[in-house]
Amino acid sequence: MSAFWSRFCQNRGAVIGLIILTIVIICAVAAPFLFPRSPWSMVQRPFLPPFEMDGLPLGTDALGRDVLSGLFHGARVSLLVGLVSTVVALAIGIPIGALAGYYGGMVDDALMRFTEFFQTIPSFALAIVLLAIFQPTLSYVILAIAIVSWPPVARLVRGEVLSLRNREFVEAATLSGQSNLRIILQQVLPNALPPIIVLASLMVATAILLESSLSFLGLGDPNVMSWGYMIGAARTVLRTAWWLSFIPGLAILLTVLSLNLIGEGLNDALNPRLRKRTS
Amino acid sequence: MKTFRLLTSAAAIALASALSAEEPVSGGTLNAVIQPEPPGLMLGLIQNGPTQMVAGQIYESLLRYDTDLNPMPSLAKEWTVSDDGLIYTFTLQDNVLWHDGEPFTSADVVFSVDTFLRETHARLRASLVHVDSIEAPDPQTVVFTLKQPFGPFLGIFETGTMPMIPKHIYEGTDFANNPANNTPIGTGPFKFQEWERGSYIHLVKNEDYYIDGLPYLDEIYYQVIPDAASRAVAFETGQVDLLPGGSVENFDIPRLTAMDNVCYTNDGWEFFGPHSWMWMNLHEGPMTDKNLRKAVMHALDREFARDALWNGNGNLANGPVSSVTRFHDPDTPDISFNPDKAREYLAQSGYDGETLQILPLPYGETWQRWAEATRQNLSEVGINSEIVATDVAGWNQRTGDWDFDLAFTYLYQYGDPALGVARTYISSNIAKGSPWNNVSGYVNEEVDALFAEAAVQASDDKRQELYSKVQDIIVDDVPLAWLLELQFPTIYRCDLKNPVSTAIGVNDGLRDAWLVQN
Repeated sequence: MSAFWSRFCQNRGAVIGLIILTIVIICAVAAPFLFPRSPWSMVQRPFLPPFEMDGLPLGTDALGRDVLSGLFHGARVSLLVGLVSTVVALAIGIPIGALAGYYGGMVDDALMRFTEFFQTIPSFALAIVLLAIFQPTLSYVILAIAIVSWPPVARLVRGEVLSLRNREFVEAATLSGQSNLRIILQQVLPNALPPIIVLASLMVATAILLESSLSFLGLGDPNVMSWGYMIGAARTVLRTAWWLSFIPGLAILLTVLSLNLIGEGLNDALNPRLRKRTS
Repeated sequence: MKTFRLLTSAAAIALASALSAEEPVSGGTLNAVIQPEPPGLMLGLIQNGPTQMVAGQIYESLLRYDTDLNPMPSLAKEWTVSDDGLIYTFTLQDNVLWHDGEPFTSADVVFSVDTFLRETHARLRASLVHVDSIEAPDPQTVVFTLKQPFGPFLGIFETGTMPMIPKHIYEGTDFANNPANNTPIGTGPFKFQEWERGSYIHLVKNEDYYIDGLPYLDEIYYQVIPDAASRAVAFETGQVDLLPGGSVENFDIPRLTAMDNVCYTNDGWEFFGPHSWMWMNLHEGPMTDKNLRKAVMHALDREFARDALWNGNGNLANGPVSSVTRFHDPDTPDISFNPDKAREYLAQSGYDGETLQILPLPYGETWQRWAEATRQNLSEVGINSEIVATDVAGWNQRTGDWDFDLAFTYLYQYGDPALGVARTYISSNIAKGSPWNNVSGYVNEEVDALFAEAAVQASDDKRQELYSKVQDIIVDDVPLAWLLELQFPTIYRCDLKNPVSTAIGVNDGLRDAWLVQN
């Protein structure tokens, strides 16, 4: 573990990413305590610029709502969407990839054609269609993001399983009479985990971006204050109140960047040999 | 940029000679915005907003209305009403020609109203049930005989309500599929020239117009620009000089009107009197509770909504009748913003923490923000609500199917409560499937009787008495939550003079508009 940690820390970018992400998580956790009032409360006159009034350091939006409060509460939504949708996508992608890779043949063909069916449709377009069919509530937004982001997981897991299933330890397990399910769960998947973890960290970032883009287009949950919603609502006043788009945009940028940096750090930490070769 | 400089210099010259030169002059081309592109220009068949805006220059009716809704001559130069309010006699203008050169006569009027529009125009048909006969004793005279007095009768001779249709082109044909629909022929001040779909509609001056000297403009181009931000930019760069009400987003209005040489007016919507409210679902669910309805009404900070969302444009509605509509009663029960009162009513109601479903109007930013502000207003007094995301089709369906607790909308009033107000409150107008009738499902026999009685009174005093009474009753019942009397400013370059002189504004006002020449 400590070796993992020291390898992770060798990547300075990854450490910075971790610090930023920690701050974002703290913001998200602290939001209801620091801003107990709803982020939708209209507290001051609209379009108050930042740093003009005490207590409202980032000013107010088109309806006089506290931008800082929106930012904190938005962090909760973004992280929630990112994490849950990634978990759901993994829950779909890993079994499909594992079954395809382990059994091969017809099963592999069937599952991979099914996966390709999803992969051929541009994911953002598919997400929009799904939300147009469902009601755009937060849970459906999460589901839609998960549905468009599982295929890469399935393909990755299939590749890993494919390369692992003919190793000696798997053959040994087969000879010792373990069931296929047990072999997949106990022998193959744990060894396929490192690349999945790296991919998952990047998927969280993509999911946050996807949710923001959907909210920006007005396809998010209209009852949830998210960063994408804040930008979407401020887009029309870009020329008169640029900071209303800029501030949540910066928050998205930093969060997504931090997750990407962390992903890179994880990659280095989990694949020490690869790291040495490239450096 | 060149156009812009040209215009500024025009403004400078105009300013220099302003005192002596306010006399209208002929000539010039007007570029206006039309949004969205109309589905067609045959006003007898299609009456949606953009069609009325363009076709109102091509077609005319018997009367026009000033901004106080008083009738003025149009194709009828004078008219008389019998003492019993049953016989209306119109004398037509002399020497009126259709755009194809045929003379316009009383036979065209009878054909238009009795045959064509009775078949194609649902809103006019509803008023025509009061008409017993339409006769043309001579080519210059038309006589309408009513079955019983109908108070708002003189208010239905507006261009969009009763456009004159050429009998010689349409008689005996399949109206909807007549090829002439693509090249509309009217009597109006401008003639249809060309329509480049997706790009522009080109109208040219009617040289044979029956009033000498009118119109002043040589030609009008209606530019089709589908994106709201692009329309604002087109105005800023001088590509267009006239933005009819509603063609740019609200938040762009202060920026555009602050520009040099830009004028704007809120006039020209009096006939429509756009009135906004939230439907409350009285068919089922929590809103059937009158105390909860009153709580919602008093919880709404409409002044804030007007100032923050409508740039301060519009008046707070005080009940079902707009203040620009006839028989408005300024003195109705109190429905002002008052959170304490709202909490009191809420305490008396049977409200049990249910989450009310708010359906916003899917017409852009302003309405979405308005729904958000409303949800916040309600939560301040302790009412839970959530916004249902919807598009136009979804809004129509949910509203028509009564699938909401609160739903935003706005409707036109057409100058008279009998034409545009009663339809929202009378119980005979409750029918699932339409978002334009008595959607709330409000049933009050007294209200039904008062509306029915007021419509068929000959005397305006008597009508006022009945309408005042019905307004008090309705406001006390709060069958829906009135919001604002909306205003849609018309924004134009100050070189364009007098674009709005009637109650329907630029829909028929360009006849009298002129451009300062340099």
